[in-house]
Amino acid sequence: MTTATPEQATAPVPPRPDPVRKKRRRVDMRQYGILAALAVIIVLFQVLTGGRLLYPGNVSNLIQQNAYVLILAIGMVIVIIAGHIDLSVGSIVATVGAVAALSMNSWGLPWGAAVALSLLVGALIGAWQGFWVAFVGIPAFIVTLAGMLVFRGVALVLLTGGTISGLPRAFNSIGSGTLPSTGSPDLITLGIGALASLALVVQQLKGRADLRRLNLPRERTLSFVLKTAIAVVAIMYLCYLLAYNRGTPIILIILATLVLLYSFLLSRTVFGRHVYAMGGNLYAAMMSGVKTKWVNFFIFVNMGFLAGLAGVVSTARAGSAVASAGGSFELDAIAAVFIGGAAVQGGVGTVIGAVIGGLVMGVLNQGLSILSVDAAWQQVIKGLVLLLAVAFDVYSKRRTGR
Amino acid sequence: MSNVILEMNGIVKEFNGIRALDGVSVSVERGEVHAICGENGAGKSTLMKVLSGVYAHGSFDGTITIDGEPVAYGSINDSERDGVVIIHQELALSPYLSIAENIFLGNEVQRGGVIDWNRTNLQATELLARVGLQENAATRVLELGVGKQQLVEIAKALSKEVRILILDEPTAALNDDDSAHLLGLIDQLRNQGITSIIISHKLKEIRAIADTVTVIRDGQTIESFPVKDSDDIETRIIRAMVGRPLDHQFPPRTPEIGEEKFRVEDWSVHHPIDVERVVVDRASFHVRAGEIVGFAGLMGAGRTELAMSIFGRSYGTGISGRVYKDGREIQTRTVGEAIRNGIAYVTEDRKRYGLNLIGSITVNVSAAALGKLARLGIIDRNREYAVADEYRKQMNIKTPSVSSVVGNLSGGNQQKVVLSKWIYSGPDVLILDEPTRGIDVGAKYEIYGIINEMAAQGKAVIVISSELPELIGLSDRIYTIAEGKLTGELDRAHATQEELMRYMTAARNEGAQAS
Repeated sequence: MTTATPEQATAPVPPRPDPVRKKRRRVDMRQYGILAALAVIIVLFQVLTGGRLLYPGNVSNLIQQNAYVLILAIGMVIVIIAGHIDLSVGSIVATVGAVAALSMNSWGLPWGAAVALSLLVGALIGAWQGFWVAFVGIPAFIVTLAGMLVFRGVALVLLTGGTISGLPRAFNSIGSGTLPSTGSPDLITLGIGALASLALVVQQLKGRADLRRLNLPRERTLSFVLKTAIAVVAIMYLCYLLAYNRGTPIILIILATLVLLYSFLLSRTVFGRHVYAMGGNLYAAMMSGVKTKWVNFFIFVNMGFLAGLAGVVSTARAGSAVASAGGSFELDAIAAVFIGGAAVQGGVGTVIGAVIGGLVMGVLNQGLSILSVDAAWQQVIKGLVLLLAVAFDVYSKRRTGR
Repeated sequence: MSNVILEMNGIVKEFNGIRALDGVSVSVERGEVHAICGENGAGKSTLMKVLSGVYAHGSFDGTITIDGEPVAYGSINDSERDGVVIIHQELALSPYLSIAENIFLGNEVQRGGVIDWNRTNLQATELLARVGLQENAATRVLELGVGKQQLVEIAKALSKEVRILILDEPTAALNDDDSAHLLGLIDQLRNQGITSIIISHKLKEIRAIADTVTVIRDGQTIESFPVKDSDDIETRIIRAMVGRPLDHQFPPRTPEIGEEKFRVEDWSVHHPIDVERVVVDRASFHVRAGEIVGFAGLMGAGRTELAMSIFGRSYGTGISGRVYKDGREIQTRTVGEAIRNGIAYVTEDRKRYGLNLIGSITVNVSAAALGKLARLGIIDRNREYAVADEYRKQMNIKTPSVSSVVGNLSGGNQQKVVLSKWIYSGPDVLILDEPTRGIDVGAKYEIYGIINEMAAQGKAVIVISSELPELIGLSDRIYTIAEGKLTGELDRAHATQEELMRYMTAARNEGAQAS
């Protein structure tokens, strides 16, 4: 095995080489492995499509069209880390989409109130399912399988089988609009990119300074600089592409906020720690005083809330609500989470991993569409990618002797 | 006379360099009931696994002969073909299958892969009559109590033409009636010419049923003698079981014992499923500040159940009784409440209840006291790391980094992580359940040192252990528990292994009530 540069964002590097450190590096390699896989897929399609994949317009499209997977994957990874599953999110998307459309077109609510109501309905549906999982003790698989049927039915009832279109333009722009633009190139987008890069660098340096001040072990300077530089280049390149299209998609701002918020929630808060503890060993978590029932309950409330948001976003993107919306969204989200390195047994997974997994699915969707691959074959290919990604994960775990 | 059916000679079995069996020899006569006695961890169950082929021939040294012929079992199937059948302590029946299906599981009455249900049920009914179980052969096993399940296991053994029946602690989970019935059945089987080997530490039972008893200690045969020739058989067995010099080393300690810190009164606990069964029966005890109090009891006596029920009702139903700390009554209804009231419980089963094995040392150490490291729900991870690293140094946890995954550590180091976790929770009352189980001698010594240090800080320390020398070496005072009742209380000066074992094996309503 060659000596790869050990890298770890927050956990410090041990002072001397030893078997345990090798182990940790392999764990890291799994995280970076999926990132590498994303890069390979992007390059592959870039070549196959003759450069069309990364056309500014296509990049913007890719983000807007796959936003729902990323939003759902963020909620789903928490569910899966805790050792559950949620099959109902696609149906919740349809129900919430129906509520949003009805509240604006039939009940005359302003679009802002409609969005708030939609998110509330999503959270309430989550609370309903969380109640059965956490307090009655019914396996999430069953509760959400029931939810999948129930809420698909509710969507059909609400829309009486028809379609509601002609939604307010402001609402639709949540899914397909952009921030104001100064033309091409859009200086606002470039400005956002510069600010984000700066924030990233400052945050990284501050974290490193804290470690130095407390005299805790730090990663090597070279890998630290390299990693930060790559992240900055990626952010600026994305903004450059967007600046030459229509500017920053509103949904990108929402997504970036969610990723930051939920990464923080899982990695830095007591709640996040309890989720990992329960997935790692439920009994040990109970015996450490974790209120496992309430944690489970809130995991599902949160999943419902994010499914509601995905419902708003995909309805806004489509510009209309139909009862068949969100079909198989749950499977896309679950696939994204597992491609992103989460473990079926729970206890393992990250928001970033799930988002990258979602991007893998998104790039596949987009690339295959540009190549005009038949929808049937697209399904076959996506299924095989999921299988291979998890097979690779299982294989690498076995090699490390776990 | 040459009526020996089974001869095991010089059996040596090692696990990772540790000798579980160190030259055990047992000779069993045809048609007798042969009891095997020994402390927990003496090697009884290991010996039976060697005999029944659970540990394949070649993985141990020594010879086994049956009817004078040497045998070499590669698996449990081989031994069963020879009529050697073992019934484990934990019953191995499939709950959703019927009695008849369980009896013939893996040994189905079939032709060409098709089961002959009529013959299956007919034969099962005959076997049930033989073991005296009045149940329909089609009844699902989950509807039966433990006692009846035990009988199904024996019926299953009989279906395999058993010649040597091995029973590992068969009455440990049974009530008095079921135990009596089972012992009667073993007696009947003896009349039918079936040889039984019974592992038990209930001395009354041995006196009632066994022809011969062999005592094992520290992986060696101590002695073997006929039961009926001996007048005071129980004293003789106890002496043989514990007669080992104190070979444990304990760090020096000068106890400084203060006021009463912790008191439990009239604590009763019922079994979580079999709710009629009393697991802990009106236990009352107290611990003073700076005192180390031991709890001695055989497996299944209710030690862990007592501790876990006090710690946030983690075990049992129908719990009653009162808990006091510093003279004030406290509630311990949930684990969180128990922790907030300054109680910590270090589990006997660290892999199941103690650790997140896929988590790092850091997240395990902080798990029970995250509140101390968090503000507004946000964890200060740098401080968390520093705390974990501090415990790594203090406890001498052998690992290059506290970011290492706990599952990769040795047993002793894992135990130190669990101890760190609970010590960091800042308890006033520290309950340690088998704190040195499955760890090597060096780590044991270190953990004794940590326990002493906790007492020196004025905490009330409770140690539950199956190893009597350990309890005697550590404790200022020892309670004994048998069948859910506290049967004795001995101070350091009076606690000998013989005395403890006498109280620990005291049957219901026999022992001296704890003061």
